[in-house]
Amino acid sequence: MATATTTQTAAVSQISTAEKTVTFEIWRGERGQGEFRPYTTQVSEGMVVLDVIHRIQAEQAPDLAARWNCKAGKCGSCSAEINGMPKLMCMTRLNSLDTDKPVRVEPMKTFPSIRDLVTDVSWNFEVKKRIRKFQPRPPDAPDGTWRMQQADADRVQEFRKCIECFLCQDVCHVLRDHHLHDRFIGPRFFVYSAALEMQPLDTADRLADLRRRDGIGYCNITKCCTKVCPEEIHITDNAIIPLKERVVDEFFDPLGKLFRKFRGK
Amino acid sequence: MPDYQTHEYDVLVIGAGGAGLRAAVEASSRGVKVGLVCKSLLGKAHTVMAEGGMAAAIGNVDDRDNWRVHFADTMRGGQYMNNPHMAEIHAKEAPARVRELEAWGALFDRTPDGRILQRNFGGHRYPRLAHVGDRTGLELIRTLQDHTIHQGIEVHMECTVLDLLTDAGRIAGAFGYDRERGRFRLFRAPAIVLATGGIGRAYKITSNSWEYTGDGQSLAYRAGAILMDMEFVQFHPTGMIWPPSVRGILVTEGVRGEGGVLRNSEGRRFMFDDIPENYRSQTADNEDEGWRYTQGDKDARRPPELLTRDHVARCIRREVREGRGSPHGGAFLDIAWIKERLPNGAEHIKRKLPSMYHQFKQLADIDITQTPMEVGPTTHYMMGGVRVDADTQMSDVPGLFAAGECGAGLHGANRLGGNSLSDLVVFGKRAGEHAAQFAKARGAAQVNPDQVDEIARRALQPFERHSGPNPYDIQHQLQDVMQDMVGIVRREEEMQEALERIDALKDCAGKVAVPGNREYNPGWHTALDLQNLLTVSEAIALAAIDRKESRGAHFREDYPEKSAAAAKFNLTIRRGQDGSMTLGHEPVVSLTDEQKQIIEEMK
Repeated sequence: MATATTTQTAAVSQISTAEKTVTFEIWRGERGQGEFRPYTTQVSEGMVVLDVIHRIQAEQAPDLAARWNCKAGKCGSCSAEINGMPKLMCMTRLNSLDTDKPVRVEPMKTFPSIRDLVTDVSWNFEVKKRIRKFQPRPPDAPDGTWRMQQADADRVQEFRKCIECFLCQDVCHVLRDHHLHDRFIGPRFFVYSAALEMQPLDTADRLADLRRRDGIGYCNITKCCTKVCPEEIHITDNAIIPLKERVVDEFFDPLGKLFRKFRGK
Repeated sequence: MPDYQTHEYDVLVIGAGGAGLRAAVEASSRGVKVGLVCKSLLGKAHTVMAEGGMAAAIGNVDDRDNWRVHFADTMRGGQYMNNPHMAEIHAKEAPARVRELEAWGALFDRTPDGRILQRNFGGHRYPRLAHVGDRTGLELIRTLQDHTIHQGIEVHMECTVLDLLTDAGRIAGAFGYDRERGRFRLFRAPAIVLATGGIGRAYKITSNSWEYTGDGQSLAYRAGAILMDMEFVQFHPTGMIWPPSVRGILVTEGVRGEGGVLRNSEGRRFMFDDIPENYRSQTADNEDEGWRYTQGDKDARRPPELLTRDHVARCIRREVREGRGSPHGGAFLDIAWIKERLPNGAEHIKRKLPSMYHQFKQLADIDITQTPMEVGPTTHYMMGGVRVDADTQMSDVPGLFAAGECGAGLHGANRLGGNSLSDLVVFGKRAGEHAAQFAKARGAAQVNPDQVDEIARRALQPFERHSGPNPYDIQHQLQDVMQDMVGIVRREEEMQEALERIDALKDCAGKVAVPGNREYNPGWHTALDLQNLLTVSEAIALAAIDRKESRGAHFREDYPEKSAAAAKFNLTIRRGQDGSMTLGHEPVVSLTDEQKQIIEEMK
């Protein structure tokens, strides 16, 4: 088993556990009123930002408010801005940050502040309710089941990876700077709409909603959302642009639409 | 009199993972008013972490599969401590529940002819797990969540239930607080479904998030329900162990289902060294046969890495103890080796196990397509919980139902991987259905204002004390006690000591002080969760002391063999007249003639 032994030597993670002192500047406050407060604590290299938050909670600030759940990048609860970048705290390793300087952690800016790192993200849940639900075509087989090829599932499965961390919503300038929450649903819900529109079994039509109520035209494809997506979903290229094309085809290119219908596409 | 807002429902569901969401959908589809309460935001519950898949004998990949095989596998895995009626219902109804998810928008991986693909998993004779890569739980919870929001269910996110309210022994409602503002909430409801999940936070090394503090089990216990099988805590064999901050995070059994193998520091596949008698005929006796099984060869038997979780966890522990462990005290899980057998092996791994690939890359600097992972056991799942009726999921308290992990009965002494997601939807649906029926038939009960006042008064005590123990300290101490003394290998004296320590921690928990105010205060939340954690910890220790044998997930170093006498009863726990925890023995539910015959045939 010579090969196995060689690979095993390589398997041992090189992460050191030597402790080091770092300073975190954490935003503390309620409903937008607050300040950055410094906390100095011991850390080791394998730790992530969320570990530091937990250590500060346990040792220095029991009432420091932060959301978290899975601690493995799967639930999308612990979104925050770390040194100005929207990130999941549980997936941000300390060795990816310059810890010789204080590390700044603050809540997402696009959503109303509740307390410390916790923001009011309820708007997202309200937006989702408005989007037309999944409506499958009649089953393909007599036993009530459907048939579809993996290749057709693949492109929707990319969107279904979304963990609803809302970092894309946080970074989107239409929401963050222009506050068009009442006219624009944001990248998360374009991904959600794309997942429904491209679901091989779905029959509902969301194009009119996307154009008017959901404000897809406001997106000018700066791709900030794609850059911050922890699931590496190609939000702009694979979801928003194809939806924009469908909206254009539907409302501004009736001939082209007819032609494509004729070709069965 | 405390200030509180009142909400009235026919059915209140506590918990919004797979079981809670499915129960809420079912109850509301039966025309009753449903409220749903969850401690986190919607869609963040532990179900989201489930990776490998959802067991259902739909026979798309191997048509020899059917409910009878699934039933026999579940009973064998549970060492026959399961409630056989629940195991039968589960095996029969899981296929319909999986198909229903597809009708609600779930997108499972496909077979070449376009049907739902199924994968191999530990203890399942045939490829049985409907899955989506290694993020099946996310698909399940998102599908149910997105379905739920169109059903007119009122959802109270980030809301914790402190206690259940009863009226002459039946359920009258629940009392809790919203975490955001700390305001009290009274929920009046004649029927309540508990779907609160597990108890993992009682242990130091766990795959569970902060939410899993044994809430459902403790709420039910205090309301007079009976708990069962609390000694059976599943330690998943493969959790991450390095770096220390990720210790406990789950590495899906799907890695082994896709051909991953376990090796010790000598490079030996140690799982071949100890194959239990009752699995010998189903297990490969050489490496090549095991590989062929994972690649779909119907004539091959499964590799020993896919033996049940309790057994694999103990084998890893043995290797470590005998000095053949990995550098950080675990074993090597190697999926990279399949590149020797598969062209494009690295791509195949990334496609089948994308979140494992990312998890190791990002958290441990390891590329699993190149190097083996270091893994070790992590507290994962509570087989025991609230004792319920197999058909209706109602507990011993009229109007109180339980489904999913916080209920007991389906899994016996050890749960098979993949049987949890199916459990959630099969019994979540049943609980929702029967809770709605109960509410319609019985109507509202009376809430006793004194009970409400008392709960509120106790909840605010931590703010009234100017000094006292730190709640995080008590939680950490309890986690150390349970990890070290009531963990994967158990001994009488240690567990007796654990009980004494738990008693002492109860005293401390009654004296905790927290600074700050009621608004989103995690110190206060932690203080309030302590009572439930201490209740389930005591129940686990008491039951584990009483079961003087080793069976399934429960391993006693002082009683390493199975005992025929102990095979005849399930352990129950209830609150005695004097308020102390009382143990009982209940005969294991007997098999029907047909069930006996199936088990005999499948031996």
